[in-house]
Amino acid sequence: MPKAIHQGLIHDLQKNLMSHYYEKLTRAAETRQEKSAWMLISGNPVELVRAFGFLPVYPEVNALQLGVRKQALPFILKAEERGYSMDNCAYVKADVGLYFSGLKAPFATIPEPSLILCNYVGCGVYLQWFEHLAEYTNAPIFNLDIPTVRPSASEGLQGKTQAGTAADHSNAADQRYVMRQLEELIAVCERITHRDFDEAKLRRIMEFSRETGELWAQIKAMTRTVPSPFDAFFDAVTMMGPLYCLRGTEECLDFFRAVHREMTERVEQRICPLEEERFRIVIEGPPPWPFLRTFRDLFSKWGAVAVASTYSTVGGLWEFGFRHDPDRPLESISEHMLQYNLTNRSFLQRYEQIRRYITEWNADALIIHSVKSCRLFSAGQGDMREYFSKELGIPTLLVESDLEDPRYFSEAQMRNRVDAFFESLAHRKSVRDREAGTC
Amino acid sequence: MRVADPVQEAKDLSETPVGRVIESWKSAHPGAKAVGWFPVFSPIELTHAAGMLPISIAGGGNQMEIAHADSRFQSFVCSIIKSTLELGLTGQLENLDGMIFHSICDPAKNLTSVFKRNFPRLMVDFIHFTQNFASPVAEEYLAAEYGRVRTRLAELAGTEITDGQIRSSIATYNRVRERVRRLQGIRLNGRNQLSAAETAALLRAGGRMMPEDFLTLLDDALRVISSRPGKARDLVHVVLEGSFCEQPPLELIQSIEEAGCSILEDDFELGFRWFKGDISTEGDPLRALAHAYIDGSVHSAVKHDLRYRKAAPLVEKVRRTGAQAVVVLTAKFCEPALFDYALYREALEENNIPHVLVEFEEKMWAFDKIRSEIETFVESMMFD
Ligand code: SF4
Ligand code: SF4
Repeated sequence: MPKAIHQGLIHDLQKNLMSHYYEKLTRAAETRQEKSAWMLISGNPVELVRAFGFLPVYPEVNALQLGVRKQALPFILKAEERGYSMDNCAYVKADVGLYFSGLKAPFATIPEPSLILCNYVGCGVYLQWFEHLAEYTNAPIFNLDIPTVRPSASEGLQGKTQAGTAADHSNAADQRYVMRQLEELIAVCERITHRDFDEAKLRRIMEFSRETGELWAQIKAMTRTVPSPFDAFFDAVTMMGPLYCLRGTEECLDFFRAVHREMTERVEQRICPLEEERFRIVIEGPPPWPFLRTFRDLFSKWGAVAVASTYSTVGGLWEFGFRHDPDRPLESISEHMLQYNLTNRSFLQRYEQIRRYITEWNADALIIHSVKSCRLFSAGQGDMREYFSKELGIPTLLVESDLEDPRYFSEAQMRNRVDAFFESLAHRKSVRDREAGTC
Repeated sequence: MRVADPVQEAKDLSETPVGRVIESWKSAHPGAKAVGWFPVFSPIELTHAAGMLPISIAGGGNQMEIAHADSRFQSFVCSIIKSTLELGLTGQLENLDGMIFHSICDPAKNLTSVFKRNFPRLMVDFIHFTQNFASPVAEEYLAAEYGRVRTRLAELAGTEITDGQIRSSIATYNRVRERVRRLQGIRLNGRNQLSAAETAALLRAGGRMMPEDFLTLLDDALRVISSRPGKARDLVHVVLEGSFCEQPPLELIQSIEEAGCSILEDDFELGFRWFKGDISTEGDPLRALAHAYIDGSVHSAVKHDLRYRKAAPLVEKVRRTGAQAVVVLTAKFCEPALFDYALYREALEENNIPHVLVEFEEKMWAFDKIRSEIETFVESMMFD
């Protein structure tokens, strides 16, 4: 039974980097000497915030860390005692619970915010989450409003662009709006930090991000090879930690250089994360953090390797061409937020992204992991399944659980569904191979 | 000659299947088009200015079985999302020409795409309202967004939509909104002449007709209602909050009232009560609409205006109306409403305002449970 066998250097490096990051947060919380900016993951302008010397803090990543360590439930319950519903996003509840536990997580202490920067890139829950945090903490809040890609402006299915004149007009207006807000944000940062905006410093930070993005895009393209050198869902989440928490720093860039080297060797030596790559799958949706290992094993058992995933693009779509541009810092930051993020795009653009993954990355099947907490991701995934399985004839499996709340994970049920799916996929594959005379 | 009871007429219309409403309007207006708008608020002046019917498409109420849409949207998504899709999947939107959704929540955003894919014949759009109310450029952005939508609507209508036409639509809707405010005022006069369920029925009907017809309906209704004798009842005066999008069945509202509440203010059909006053009919009409959104609109969970604390308008509403308590009535699985409850609860407790939380679904049939919860709450208020 092929299991995940290779963890590689990158996992150790990542662990060190992330614990170093959390040590920094704890130190900042204890010494109160540094200013911190609380932000969200999707398409954030961390480069700008770094240029002012803020320490970036990500409530989503804190919630995720609680989840992955199976420590989220008491925090979730604490928030529910305050009136949050069973049906609210559990990331928010875990984080609110953490706040009301004195910001003391089992793995770090989180510093109080000097700025709450709600980079509203697609997720409506973001707005409420940070609005609530601002009320609890009394910290200054800035809503950086990023207009969602509207259907008229979005790509249609099959890559056809349906952008008309109305849409073009909107794009220009959106860009102008975001740029002006970035200027307002700069003024806010100047006020809070008592520092002047240093554009040269921003450009240097952007250069780190540009190179990091370039490497990340190259790394992600490597999974097009057969066998894939890493799992683009389970291993990609390892790389996403530094990409989001540390982007714009030299240590992050060094990490991606090391990953790039390791993956290049693996491609050359045809090493794949399992003993054998039997199925190439695309995974849509976030992972069930509290059961990550169990979830991974469900697929490893079948020799199924994710060659692409939508979750790994929530913070940016570098693989489809985006790069931070030190020569156009604010423009490229706004392009990142407006256009090059899964979360700010329309649901149909996501269908198109997945369709490209399946054809260009040569995948056998689509796995949709529907999580209750995140309706941004999940609402309507039944329609997505319909499109892929009925219209495109791609084997598609939809399984449900949650990304944070352990109460929604039923291993036995999930295992049955996954096993039944791969059994039939294996059968199909053998029929196909027989017909093609390959065995 | 109009029917004698405008309230009954409104109820009947609000309960007619929406597909039939569109069909009969279109047969009375050959060649004219109809554009749906999803809650909570939509700048329907733009549709009206193009001579098209702006029709509220807000789910299927409890008249419709969801048989197809629940395989597209999961069990943890609110009902209005599914029932609105069901309307389309069962052919009830066949006569609709366009559909506009808004940046109210994530399911509504995804539904926009699902509509676009499943009903390629429809013109589908999505308005991204500003969420940075403090920004000096928010108004310019929102006016440009309205401009984009104007262009699409003009393409659909096959005519230009001029500034003058929009200004005149704004003026017409200002008259509607003024009547709606008067209607609301009746509920505050202490004579129990008008119930919240009746008000909701009138507004629901208003979402299904041209504003000129709505004006006539409202004028008739105001006349009839203000001549009612009124009744003295021993009731707990409440403000109801949280039903701004998916709408509860009228019978549910009635049950809450029968359980002993006089609902002084609520947020049903909030779109018609979105603005606190008139919108300017001078100058650039898109700027005027955008300005009113940013500086002249009421509170709602789907607006994130950081210039005030989230629960402040609710507390203020209680003070202003003299209500004794709050009923928080939220649609099941409505993320925006459920989130804000945490802040409401804190503020209401701080201000010693009693409240009760109940969840509903548009498709519910039995109201006994909610009714008895409200009765218990009312009793606790009476004997406190
Ligand atoms: S709804 Fe999804 S994207 Fe939004 S905060 Fe929750 S998990 Fe994150
Ligand atoms: S009821 Fe709530 S969750 Fe559902 S569409 Fe309306 S605002 Fe969104």
